[in-house]
Amino acid sequence: MPERTATIASRVGLHARPAAIFAEAAGELDLEVTIARQGEPADEAMDAASILSLMSLGAAQGDVVVLRAEGTGADEALDKLVKILETDHDAE
Amino acid sequence: MQTFSGVGVAPGRVLGPVRQMPKPVQEPHANVNIPGDVTVESQAARVKDAAKAVQSELRARAATASGEGREVLEATALMAADPMLIKSAVKLLKPETPGGARTAERAVWEAAATVADTLKSLGGYMAERVADVLDVRARIVSELRGLPAPGIPASEEPFILAAEDLAPADTATLDPSKVIALITSGGGPQSHTAILARALGLPAVVAATGVDGIADNTEVYVDGAAGTIRVEPGEDLRIAAKAWATQASTLAAFTGDNALADGYRVPLLANVGTGADAVKAAAAGAEGVGLLRTEFCFLDRDTEPTIEEQIQAYGAVFAAFPGKKVVVRTLDAGADKPLPFLTNAEEPNPALGVRGYRTDLTSPGVLGRQLQAIAAAEAAHEAEVWVMAPMISTADEAAHFASLCADAGLKTPGVMVEVPSAALTANAVLREVSFASLGTNDLTQYAMAADRQLGPLATLNDPWQPAVLNLVKLTADGAATAAAASGHAKPVGVCGEAAADPALAVVLVGLGVTTLSMSPRALAGVAAVLKTVTLSQAQHLAHTALAAPSAAAARHTVREHLPVLNDLGL
Repeated sequence: MPERTATIASRVGLHARPAAIFAEAAGELDLEVTIARQGEPADEAMDAASILSLMSLGAAQGDVVVLRAEGTGADEALDKLVKILETDHDAE
Repeated sequence: MQTFSGVGVAPGRVLGPVRQMPKPVQEPHANVNIPGDVTVESQAARVKDAAKAVQSELRARAATASGEGREVLEATALMAADPMLIKSAVKLLKPETPGGARTAERAVWEAAATVADTLKSLGGYMAERVADVLDVRARIVSELRGLPAPGIPASEEPFILAAEDLAPADTATLDPSKVIALITSGGGPQSHTAILARALGLPAVVAATGVDGIADNTEVYVDGAAGTIRVEPGEDLRIAAKAWATQASTLAAFTGDNALADGYRVPLLANVGTGADAVKAAAAGAEGVGLLRTEFCFLDRDTEPTIEEQIQAYGAVFAAFPGKKVVVRTLDAGADKPLPFLTNAEEPNPALGVRGYRTDLTSPGVLGRQLQAIAAAEAAHEAEVWVMAPMISTADEAAHFASLCADAGLKTPGVMVEVPSAALTANAVLREVSFASLGTNDLTQYAMAADRQLGPLATLNDPWQPAVLNLVKLTADGAATAAAASGHAKPVGVCGEAAADPALAVVLVGLGVTTLSMSPRALAGVAAVLKTVTLSQAQHLAHTALAAPSAAAARHTVREHLPVLNDLGL
């Protein structure tokens, strides 16, 4: 299954506006994307389109997460999502 | 013409359509038998449809909001149709789930509760989002039941908000450009509704039985000074409302240097909580700050703020009043303002518990560090800083507080007089400190043994009660004796809501109070009334009020002697 790692860039971590932007982007895809902290088993990964799951993940700035997806266009979609996580949205 | 009467808590005469605040959402029953012909699929579809509907409603509201409010609404809209929330709710609809199949309403309720618990356990920012999750839950459940969404109704037209009572959380979403008055069937003169109304300058009547039953869009006339609400108002009341609107614009200006008709100075100060409040208060003409509520810097925190953070917070207020007096009240935690690191939530009777100055007994050090921070902030600014402790009951406590202030290098220590024992022993208490400030909200609650939030006790919980006025007089007299004995002035101010009532302000001055501190919105009205009386007239009215057999009689007699109140609609 295609997967990518990403380092959270937002100063406030993966919640508030950064989480909303990310969940919305993941929700617009026709694929199911999961997110987990690096090192956690893949079957404990959570739905990346769920803002509540993202918030309960509690990822802070500098934390590394793993994104996974399967299906047509998965690689492309994951690259796009990694870019969102690695942008500091608070700096905009 | 139907009339409702209650307690007028903020003056003003307005006319407009009523909108009812929806009742709080009731928890859906567990263990409801689900009819055999109701399928899991049909219930799952209902949950999803309701979630989508709530999401669109929140998105529509986000589109009309701006700034931080917009971001919060957008994030809340995402939560409403959150795939994880819906998935867990749908799981609870299935008969094979432990506990059996739930109704759609119950499933949403439980699924959101689980999410809320998880967020709460994470603490900090996540825990603060619990309110958003519970708000979304209440909205989805209301949608499923076909009831209006909870919270302050959205409306294009300005309206009069009717409710049982408002909670502090409602105040954040109240838009003062849409809500023109508040009327509640519950609450008392010192309830959150009353405090909010005064802060926003909205006419308000509380404890008006029956107003929560007025139909939406009924046109009513509200008189926030008289405490009355009239349904189907006639032409005379339309004219009265129009006259008030004109009057209010002329009242809006207070220029400082408040004095009575004979030139006797009674400085009018402001109650503030933050630097931003202080800037607004200074712009409204306040001659200083009579009450800086420092707990705003501590609330919603799991740990004590650092000395540096405190210096900055207090400094922001001092900066707005160079050369003017700023009275800082040290941390007043406990009772209705719990703090996890300072107060014990398990106390059986928190109003009589370890609160205010008393937290220094159980958590010594916090007060000392706060005093250090106040002293450091004073050194960095030009304001004349006075410091007072809340909930002082004895002269010994006053002496101990004064010694803590001296240790920190603070020159003007004082006490709040809000416990009746401090009023009764004011002479001894004032020998230990430089000044006193009457907190009339708590003084009334303790003197009358009546919880300030309870609607049914609104008549007891009234600062016009002759017993409360007597305690004010005892405090002023005790301070005068202490001043004569020590050769130093011992000023007594009032910083409770009573100071914002223009008629009561006259009485307080007549009883010997030297400064009045209030919400900045009330400054102009109080000044306009005070300048119509001389000190000896105020003393005469104070005497009349003290001798009155009841709070209502005291208020009535004094108001009768102050025709300016009616002219100004106050």
